[in-house]
Amino acid sequence: MKHVTLEGISKSYDSTKAVDEVHFNVEQGELFGLIGPDGAGKTTLFRILTTLILPDAGRAFVNGHHVVKDYKKIRKEVGYMPGKFSLYQDLTVEENLSFFASIFNTTIRENYELVKDIYVQIEPFKDRRAGKLSGGMKQKLALCCALIHRPVVLFLDEPTTGVDAVSRREFWEMLKSLKKQGITILVSTPYMDEADLCEKIALIQSGNIMTVDTPERIVSDFPDPVYAVQSDNMSRLLRELRGSDQVKSANAFGEFHHITFSGGTESMDRFLKGLREPMLIKSISPTIEDCFIHLMAAHD
Amino acid sequence: MTDTVIQTEKLTKIFGSFTAVDAITFDVKKGEIFGFLGANGAGKTTAMRMLCGLSVPSGGEATVAGFSVKNQAEQIKHSIGYMSQKFSLYEDLTVYENIRFFAGIYGIERKTIRARSSEMLQRLGLGDQRNTLVGSLPLGWKQKLAFSVAIFHSPRIVFLDEPTGGVDPVTRRQFWDLIYEASDNGITVFVTTHYMDEAEYCNRISMMVDGAIKALDTPANLKSQFQANDMDEVFYRLARRAKRKSY
Repeated sequence: MKHVTLEGISKSYDSTKAVDEVHFNVEQGELFGLIGPDGAGKTTLFRILTTLILPDAGRAFVNGHHVVKDYKKIRKEVGYMPGKFSLYQDLTVEENLSFFASIFNTTIRENYELVKDIYVQIEPFKDRRAGKLSGGMKQKLALCCALIHRPVVLFLDEPTTGVDAVSRREFWEMLKSLKKQGITILVSTPYMDEADLCEKIALIQSGNIMTVDTPERIVSDFPDPVYAVQSDNMSRLLRELRGSDQVKSANAFGEFHHITFSGGTESMDRFLKGLREPMLIKSISPTIEDCFIHLMAAHD
Repeated sequence: MTDTVIQTEKLTKIFGSFTAVDAITFDVKKGEIFGFLGANGAGKTTAMRMLCGLSVPSGGEATVAGFSVKNQAEQIKHSIGYMSQKFSLYEDLTVYENIRFFAGIYGIERKTIRARSSEMLQRLGLGDQRNTLVGSLPLGWKQKLAFSVAIFHSPRIVFLDEPTGGVDPVTRRQFWDLIYEASDNGITVFVTTHYMDEAEYCNRISMMVDGAIKALDTPANLKSQFQANDMDEVFYRLARRAKRKSY
């Protein structure tokens, strides 16, 4: 069953098109990632789906409800964790949680089971004001507040932005266990390496969805074989790669450069023959970031 | 050692009973790209604030561009550039107004600003945007411009605090091209990032855990030291050991 549906959703701010005819579906119980840089339109889509702003065109449904006509029903059934910390800084941890529970006519006790695994980590600080918590603790509290009314769809807008690699892993572990409870989760992120943690992803850039699919299928749809190369002088190597007609694309990826050739193995042979310095080359499967860069060029 | 631009000796910062930075000792050389990594709450920001002359150490010593962080903070501020994702440029000033403002703060003459800014904007491909409000520029352009403004006064060192957060993958790589260019021109780059592939682009990396530097070496040596396949793994192994949780 489709839990979230977008049909040609568009939204402009003045003359800037924030999102442009966006279509995609999210199935019930799916962990769906919206992946793209700042300014791509991720937050605009979330705000439309959580009924906080109106689309200019198109239709969207959340749990079967129309985002404009049935906005009151949607607000009861979804949880939303905005990218910017939006809890009451001068209420304590416990006061924030019971406040959000009471807004939805419930209590902490009634839905404790759902937030328990996360809440126990901040419970020792339940009398501390939210404004005095560290980033990681704030994030956990915000997640508890978004869950305390047992939503059927959970929207998380960039929960891991600015968070270090260890805490990011912890956060994704929490999402996995929430998914087991049957909650549909839409999560946005600018980190391409988090794509593989989602069941399905949409890659978004400049208000356009470039592709929607499973991470595996997006990778297998990459049109060319990809190679990782390495030499003693990586910046000189990158210039040489970019200057060659045989090379179709060359991008720095940490300790390697990822490249594709313009004319298959023939191009590769010709390029390798013309090399002036030794270079390590190995065949690899592309990452989501390779796919994103490729799709960006194709959409320009 | 005339080419050492940052030198710290047991640099320490204590807030009440909390030791935020715990006796860190390291050197950074001229033109080096130095990655300053660590988990949230490890003490990176506090250390960086001391090196920028914004916070007085509780103990130890550090010199930045030859000046002591203890009593020559003003001279340090003249010798460094700073850019972060959070604070970079004024959105409601034009591109040129921002350049003039920041260059003016560093005491550069109008005439020089005018000449150097045209050349800089041409190089960035922003020649036509001189009078555009910075707020209306795409994020990627803003970040590239912010970096160029941060090194406009030819500082000895530029501090970059998560400069590429949220930027698209193509612009992120273009940004690193600018970093390499600055380093080739002898500017030392001191950079923090959450992208572990970017850690690979640094000449050397330090890893902070619980206020102390727990590892410092080239990316290749760190990987072999920790028998890790990539920097992500090195980071994970070190940061996981942290006892201090930033409550």
